Amino acid sequence: MAQAAATQHGEHEETTTGLNHRKLLMWAFLGSDCMFFGSLIATYVVYQGKSKVGPFPEDVFSIPVTSVSTFVLLMSSMSMVLAYAALTRGKMKAFRIWILSTAIMGMTFIGFQVFEFRDFANYEVHIDCAHLDVEKLTEFEKTFADQCADGVEEFEEQHGLTPRTNLFGTTFFTLTGFHGAHVTLGVIWLLSIAFHSFRGGVRPETNLDVDLAALYWHFVDVVWIVIFTVVYLFGVFPGI
Amino acid sequence: MTTLSIPVPSRPVHPTGVWGWITTIDHKRIGILYGVTAFIMFITGGLEALYMRAQLARPDQELVSPEVFNQLFTMHATTMIFLAIMPMGAAFFNYIIPLQIGARDVAFPRLNAFSYWTFLGGALILKLSWFFGGAPNAGWFGYAPITGIQYNPGHGIDFWAMSLQVLGIASLAAAFNFIVTIINMRAPGMSLMRMPLFTWMTLITSFLLVLAFPVITVALIELMFDRFFGMNFFVPAKGANPLLWQHLFWIFGHPEVYILILPAMGIVSEIIPTFSKKPLFGYPVVVLSGAVIGFMGWMVWSHHMFTVGLGPVANSVFALTTMAIAVPTGVKIFNWMGTMWGGSISFKTPMLFALGFIWLFIIGGLSGVMHSSAASDAQQQDTYFVVAHIHYVLFGGSIMALLAGTYYWFPKVTGRMMNETLGKINFWLVFISMNITFFPMHFIGLDGMPRRIYRYSSEYGWDFWNLVASIGAFALAFAILVFMINVIRSAMKGEKASADPWDGRTLEWSIPSPTPEYNFAQIPTVRGIDPFWAQKRERVPVAPVAGGSGEDDAHSIHLPQPSYWPFLASIGLFIGAYGLVYYQSIVGMTAGILGLALTIVSVYAWSFEPVNDPEEEH
Repeated sequence: MAQAAATQHGEHEETTTGLNHRKLLMWAFLGSDCMFFGSLIATYVVYQGKSKVGPFPEDVFSIPVTSVSTFVLLMSSMSMVLAYAALTRGKMKAFRIWILSTAIMGMTFIGFQVFEFRDFANYEVHIDCAHLDVEKLTEFEKTFADQCADGVEEFEEQHGLTPRTNLFGTTFFTLTGFHGAHVTLGVIWLLSIAFHSFRGGVRPETNLDVDLAALYWHFVDVVWIVIFTVVYLFGVFPGI
Repeated sequence: MTTLSIPVPSRPVHPTGVWGWITTIDHKRIGILYGVTAFIMFITGGLEALYMRAQLARPDQELVSPEVFNQLFTMHATTMIFLAIMPMGAAFFNYIIPLQIGARDVAFPRLNAFSYWTFLGGALILKLSWFFGGAPNAGWFGYAPITGIQYNPGHGIDFWAMSLQVLGIASLAAAFNFIVTIINMRAPGMSLMRMPLFTWMTLITSFLLVLAFPVITVALIELMFDRFFGMNFFVPAKGANPLLWQHLFWIFGHPEVYILILPAMGIVSEIIPTFSKKPLFGYPVVVLSGAVIGFMGWMVWSHHMFTVGLGPVANSVFALTTMAIAVPTGVKIFNWMGTMWGGSISFKTPMLFALGFIWLFIIGGLSGVMHSSAASDAQQQDTYFVVAHIHYVLFGGSIMALLAGTYYWFPKVTGRMMNETLGKINFWLVFISMNITFFPMHFIGLDGMPRRIYRYSSEYGWDFWNLVASIGAFALAFAILVFMINVIRSAMKGEKASADPWDGRTLEWSIPSPTPEYNFAQIPTVRGIDPFWAQKRERVPVAPVAGGSGEDDAHSIHLPQPSYWPFLASIGLFIGAYGLVYYQSIVGMTAGILGLALTIVSVYAWSFEPVNDPEEEH
């Protein structure tokens, strides 16, 4: 095996497996990062439903909004693939368009996350007392149902969700925050590549630089699919 | 490559002296740096242990306060595990692995330098805690919630957590590097099943590191977020379950145990065949046992938590897996004995230490199997019996093997032999005093003496064996002093070593001692296990690769050039992590941000720096 492989050429240097050193490093790093996110997700799951005070997931999550940002992130993976494909074919203009749109979609995702975090931090309990239907209230809202005394039209109270509020806040912001940090790093990486390409530093022969960024980007995307399912969907539809 | 937009100091070309060491990316120099630093840390950890043994020598002594005693045992364990044994293993990885696989350096030389300097930064953060704000005091496992801000308001835990994070970065970087090096840089013909055992065990250890460290990283992040930002990960009043920490810690902590012992097993597997003049008995089985240990190391973590109350089912499962993991370990021991069987054994110092390893590791392994029974462990938990066990596997196991490896490879590193007479004296001193120190702990442990108490009353009847253990500890310190004297004396005026003083089997003995800067003038070709023996006995030449680099003369071999950036990136991490310890103060936060910024800038500049500057070559 090694003898046969040794005659093959990597990008610049001969390697035993024929795989480039940096690519192997990236795979090892992603394996390691799996354990990193695995531990954070495990922490979230262990503490699911253990918060003593609200607000809880079903109070703050908006599945439609997060679905949009999830869709944007998934599409960015596709444009990443298109960027890499364009580069290997030597279509530099298409490559720049696609890599910039990948970065822009990544920034859009981060924008959604910032908006979402602010939204959660400003969460208000809002009960329409005039048309009170206790069955439709969430667990957290029910604890305020008795505030609807005679003559109160609607009840409002600020109950922002912060990392300190409860276990949900602590684990949610830590997990999604670290994912957001990964996306931010990816955006910086993509912008660096784009910047470099305008100065002629990215060529079809050096596509490994882009390949590594793409691997990382897809990985961060896959992690989000898990987070979206476990945190958001299971949080709002606990029956699944 | 385009030029950088930020001003860059000109790259060091052939720096000498201190600058040479700071900017070096030569795996051999980095290996020496690791070894020397780890040994100094080993001494500091030993002094902490001596302090404790002095306090425990007699009942009701008041040499140290209980607060300081807590700091002593925490620092002793953290030092020995993270700052001594792990980096000593890294020293051998660095120096030996490229030589054993027939390579001229590791896959990422600058990343390797970064690993070392980052390790040094993490070590300093931990050790400086003695002088700035108090050392950590919650044990090396730092169970929640005792590490929480409510119960531990000082800075000790912050030092501990930041230091472990920095050390984790260093270990991860090194492990990535060795995975790629071993998988991708083997000499032609060296298939996986022809790799030397030490290389194999390094590969498995690196995989364990890569998968285990992220878990402790997350646990420490959660702890730091609790302390820094008032989050609730380990706050029972908010509904948190402190057991989460124990699970995360031991999911890291048990593979960590194998991270400490597998390199030792690799070293011993190199030494025993060489000094028995026989190939390793059952090579594939030994490799497989190592892999099985690495795999099963993930399934036993809860045996550290038998008394937590996980229930009979969980306890039984973990008791069974723990008993099962003794099997591949036992297989290895039988293979080492099978190697020696019928061999012509020469009892040189490396062999003596390797044999001492087998003896002591068997004792430690047997008491380990005793703990694997959950019922019996309930009696032993948190007693000196466990202390005896871990010292038999970590001192009797890891340290004995690392000493064996030092005596074995010293000629290759320095070009001089270690003194054999002093070496034999050294071995017997270590072996005897080690047993005097740690064997009595079995007795007082079964007699009920708890760990981590700073004094005990005479009426319990633990006086005698405690005194014996303390005398043994000081004798052990003397034995290590003899080792130091031997190393320094031999390095300066030891007998000159030939290229192959032990009739070695592996490729590192086919090149001159001390190793030339470029390692191999010609990259060798491998046709079987023990290639250098094959060359010497069956005249199968370790021939150069046809064409290409094989015909280079020593002066035209391309070696990667030194670089400032790894060092600067590590400095940034050190400053940043140190600053974050004082997160409440503006100065601390500023230092934290500036330090991390320096790291980011350095890594960025590093990624644009070519491995070799074309214009500066030749």
